[in-house]
Formats: sequence, C-alpha cells, structure tokens
Amino acid sequence: MTTPSTPADTPAAPGADPVAPGADPRLHTRAAGPAGYLDAARRRLAAGELGSLPVVVGLILIAVIFQSVTGHFLQADNLTNITRFIAGPGLIAVGVVFVLILGEIDLSLGSVAGASAALAAVLAVRQGVNEWIAVLAALAAATVMGLLHGLFFARVGVPAFVVTLAGMLTWSGLQEYVLGDLGTVNNRHGGLIATLDTTFLGDGDIAYAWALAVLAPALYLLAHLRTARRRTAAGLTARPTADTAIRTGALAVLTLATAYALNQDRGLPLPLVVLVGVVVLTDFVLRRTPYGRQIFAVGGGVEAARRAGVNVARVRISVFMLSAFLAGLGGLFYASQQGSADKQLGGGNVLMNAIAAAVIGGTSLFGGRGKTWSALLGILVIQSITTGLDMVHAAQAIQYMITGAVLLAAVVLDSLSRRTRTAGGRT
Amino acid sequence: MTGAPVLQLRSVSKRFGAVQALTDVDLDVHPGEVLALVGDNGAGKSTLVKTIAGVHPVDEGTITWHGRPVRLTRPQDAQALGIATVYQDLALCDNLDVIANLFLGREKRRRGLLDEVAMEQRARELLNTLAIRIPDVRTPVAALSGGQRQVVAIARALVGEPALVILDEPTAALGVEQTAQVLDLVERLRERGLGVILVSHNMADVRAVADTVAVLRLGRNNGVFPVAGTTQEQIVSAITGATDNAHARRQARHTEEEDAA
Ligand SMILES: Nc1ncnc2c1ncn2[C@@H]1O[C@H](COP(=O)(O)OP(=O)(O)OP(=O)(O)O)[C@@H](O)[C@H]1O
Ligand SMILES: [Mg+2]
Repeated sequence: MTTPSTPADTPAAPGADPVAPGADPRLHTRAAGPAGYLDAARRRLAAGELGSLPVVVGLILIAVIFQSVTGHFLQADNLTNITRFIAGPGLIAVGVVFVLILGEIDLSLGSVAGASAALAAVLAVRQGVNEWIAVLAALAAATVMGLLHGLFFARVGVPAFVVTLAGMLTWSGLQEYVLGDLGTVNNRHGGLIATLDTTFLGDGDIAYAWALAVLAPALYLLAHLRTARRRTAAGLTARPTADTAIRTGALAVLTLATAYALNQDRGLPLPLVVLVGVVVLTDFVLRRTPYGRQIFAVGGGVEAARRAGVNVARVRISVFMLSAFLAGLGGLFYASQQGSADKQLGGGNVLMNAIAAAVIGGTSLFGGRGKTWSALLGILVIQSITTGLDMVHAAQAIQYMITGAVLLAAVVLDSLSRRTRTAGGRT
Repeated sequence: MTGAPVLQLRSVSKRFGAVQALTDVDLDVHPGEVLALVGDNGAGKSTLVKTIAGVHPVDEGTITWHGRPVRLTRPQDAQALGIATVYQDLALCDNLDVIANLFLGREKRRRGLLDEVAMEQRARELLNTLAIRIPDVRTPVAALSGGQRQVVAIARALVGEPALVILDEPTAALGVEQTAQVLDLVERLRERGLGVILVSHNMADVRAVADTVAVLRLGRNNGVFPVAGTTQEQIVSAITGATDNAHARRQARHTEEEDAA
C-alpha cells in the first residue's frame, strides 16, 4: 500500500455532528452534507443492509426493458391497470409480511382468500343477503379461520407450517362446498364487490390523486420535523433537516409522477387506495405501537419475548388472524377483478406470488425483520413482469419461470445480506 | 437488612421429567440484603432463579412476597410484583436495538404509541449511571460484544424500578473493569434498599458484596451462612458436600490446631 489508507475505525472527524452524550468514540458519526450522506449509504450497503435498493433498481430495469420492447408499457392506462391488479395479491402479501416477521409461514392464505370470496358471493347473490353484510360476514369468517390456525399453532403447539397446510386443504374444500355444483357465482352487477375494482375516486376527478400526492409528502415532512424538534429538545441526536428535505423531495417526485400518470387515464383507482392505505396503516402499527414491537420481539427471540412479559401466544394468534383477514379482503378484490367467485379463485400461484412479493420486497425469510412496504414493492415487481410478458404475448410457462427466477434472486439477496450482516455482527 | 423478608421460599420443589432439579428448598431475602446463591454446576441455581422469575412455575412449595403467598406462573406475575431478573442465558432479542430491548415488555407510551424519545432519554440516563458505553444504542444487540450484551441485560432489569433484583452469574463474561462496575452496582442496589440475589461461582465476588451466602447442593439447601464470620473454606465444603474429603480434613485439623493454640 502506497497511499495511507483510512483505518476502519477512524473516529469522527472534528466538525462532524455533535456526538451524543455517552457515545463511544469508535462510533462512526456521519459527516454533515451530501458527502456524509453518500458515505453513510455506502457503509450500509457494505454491511449488507440493502433495504429496498435492489427492488427499486429492479423496478426501473423492468420498466425500461418492457417500455423499449413494447413501446407502450409506461402508458397511463397500462400503469393504471397494474395498480388495480396488485390490490388482491398485495393485500395477501401484507399479511405474509406479518407472518414472516413472526418467523413463521402461512400456507393457507390462498385458500382463505378463495373461501372468503365464495362465502361473500354465495351469501349476496344466492341467499340474497345485503351485500355489505355478506362482505362483513366473509371477512369475519376469514378472521375466524386465522383464529383457528393461531390457536392450533400457539396453544396446541402444532408447527405453523403444518397447521396452515391443513388449513389450505380445509378452506379450499369449504370454498368448493359453498359454491356447490354450479361452481361459479357471478358478482351482482353494479354491487359492492363488482365495483371494488372498477371504482375511481370521485369518478375520475383528478383532484383526488393530486391532493393525495401533495398531502403525503407534506405529512411526511411535518411528522419528521416534529420528531426532530422533540429529539433536539430532549438532547438527542436528530436526523439533519437537509436529510429530511431530500427524502421528502424524493417522495414528492414519486407521488406527483404517479398522480400525473393516473390522471392521464381515469384518476385514482380504489384498489390502489385500499392497498396503500393498508400498507401505511400496518407499517404504522409495526413501527410505532407496542403491539408492533411485540411482533418483532417474538420474531427475534421467542424465549426472550416471553420472559420480558410478552404474551407470545396472543401475539401469534393475532398475527394469524390479521393475515387471514387481509387474505379474505384480497380474495374479494380477486373476485371483483375476475367478475365472479369460482373454485379456482385463490388457487394456482396466488399464495406463491404473495410470499414471493413479500420476500422480493425485502422482508426476511429468517424472521424478525421486514416492512409492509415490501409487500407493495414486491407485488409491483411481480405484476409488472406479468403485465409486460402478457404484452409481448409470452406463454404462462415463461411467466412462471421468470417469476421463479426473480424470487430466487430475492431469496439469494436476503441470504447474502444476512450473511454479511452476521459477519458485521448483525442478524 | 432488618425486618421481614421481601421474598420467602418454603419447601420449593421442581422436577424436569426424570431430573429432580430442586427438592424442598427454603430461601429468605430481606430488603437491603445481598444474598449470594452458590453451588456447583447443575446444583439448581438457575432453576431456582427461574422459579422466582415465573419462568418455571414450582411443582410444590410456597413463595411469599412481603409475607403474602403468591403464585408465579408467568414472567409477568413476577415482574408485576417488582422482581427483575437477569438470566444466565441472556434473554435479549437479537433483532431489536438496545433501547427496544431495555424497554421490552414495558415500553414507554405517549398517546398509546411508542415514545421513542422518552425511552432513549431514560436509556441514556440509565446507561450513564451504570457507566456503560455502547457505541450505538440504535444497533441491533446482535452487533454487541458478549460483555456489552451482559450490561444491557443488567440495565434492562433496572428499568422497571424493581424491589428484588436477581442476577444469574452476571460477571461470568465480563472484563475486570466491567466486573467491578457490576459489583459497585450491586452495592448501590443494596443501599437503595433493594433485595438482591446474586448467583456466582466467584468466591471473591461473593465475599466482596454479599451479606449472606445460601448454598445449593444437588437441588437441596446445604447451609446458609452470614459472610461475616464464615471462612471461604466452610462455604466451599458446603458447595462440594465434602465433609470427608482431603480438603475438609485439612480444614478441620487446621481449625483444631488454631483452637488449641
Ligand atoms: N429446562 C430444563 N429441562 C430439563 N432439565 C433442566 C432444565 N433446566 C435445568 N435442568 C436440569 O436441572 C438441573 C439444574 O440445572 P441448573 O441450570 O439450575 O443448574 P445451575 O446450578 O444453574 O448450574 P450452572 O452453575 O452450570 O449454571 C440440571 O441437572 C439441569 O440439567
Ligand atoms: Mg446456572
């Protein structure tokens, strides 16, 4: 080595952010300004904390490739359709994220989605029950299915893998049973389920998308500035304002671009609003509430959580109930899209797509780490590939193989990043 | 250490399948008393600790807290009474950061949500008073060294303002400096009038801070000694149960000669 290299443990340079009281001199503190920002990002990547970077890069790649091949992948109507298609699988994937954080797996979610859609359809169309009541009953039934999985897993001690495998068979049996010999129940024309997929907020009024696109970054900025103020007042290190500004700017570009694209077509689709709403809400629950903290705790160490006074069984049961509820809701969106509830709904690769979405989006298969945003990002990847391949008239077989390869790539990334994190002392 | 015991165990027994881990164990801890619990490997110390912590409910026997019989069937029961435990097998969640671990199970809340600011402030306060240096309280604890994890586990026990603190071999993984700090800490807990149960194999540590030594042998009581006025040899022979081994005979001769002199 000819040039003097910087040792790995260089103490923070003078003039860096004030070091918090009690901080260790070995701790890297980020230098002010964009250089420090880049430096911190580089270090996170080197430590195997890829975050959502691979999936964002992947999305851009997919968009560029299909746009150049088809010439109309990025057209407003196509993008709008993608945002409508992702609601069903995306909602199921949010539930998968919860189960994965817990360190478990739920194989029943496709069947739960199918059974829930079948129940709602049969109640509303064949039995003539008010459609709202039918929908609520179907969602309640889905939640009870989750409760049963949770009880057998958490109280009886049957591995979640086996319980939900049994659930997968049982609930798809129930689905066929309630649908009966006819098998298919068409949605009530213009009814609640039928319009889930076809509704655009304000009948395509462009104000909705623009308002949300402005509101989201504004709220983000406000919340972060308030947190920073509280932290500074309490004498703690806070995220630099420049940092928050950059992030807000990036978010605004994203939301405004989305709003622009959607408004070129029919405006803000209801399915997208529901999915993003669920993602935001569940993300808040996971990161900001004691309940969310308990879910991570159980995923990171069951015995430690138990000794800390966490009611492990209750956390587990509630997570299985939540994932089943979301699967039930997702099933209704599937029914809405295909115009009917039938025996195939929720079968095929529905479950695999949901699990793949969660993992592709960056939720770890090893438990204890994950974000519900990864469900949204992951399902965007999968749906973009599916739509793009449809546009070039690729066979379903090709779609399966490509989705499989993407899933494998995501799992390999997860494993590799876990390995580097372990080497860096992090799990 | 005056007055009534804060915690009293009578005839406590615990069995794991074929292993009778505890048999008729009695134990008294007073406020402001440091009780050292000693015994050979497998004597049942950790098991006894876990019965008090509510991790393993007792099979037989009674536990009284401030003179009142209590049933400790879940860790929450013990926590609610004011019993804080630092386990030998560290009970930390590797994926959570230091602060989340410190407050796990008793998170500070603000309007029902996690109050990260208050928790971080209190954590820094606590870590500073314990003179604990941790590079970054926001890294997952998996990134910490064994000793750092140990002090986090100890700090964790003190977050909830307990009345009785149980430390199961707290210094086993610590360096010289950190060991001294933990012993200082134990003394400070006593000064604040807390009861402390200290499990340790280190006789020097025990003699340095404990008021009373309770010996377990093969899951049974084998003597309770005040530290003042008891020799290390007496404790050691109670631990090994060696009343007739070479060590004990030497011991006995030695004291006889002293008495004769
Ligand atoms: N969960 C368990 N299941 C079965 N046996 C157990 C369990 N926990 C402890 N034992 C048994 O109980 C006995 C006492 O173990 P314990 O861990 O209490 O010993 P100890 O005094 O803490 O020993 P050490 O000094 O090595 O920590 C041992 O024989 C052990 O094998
Ligand atoms: Mg032990």
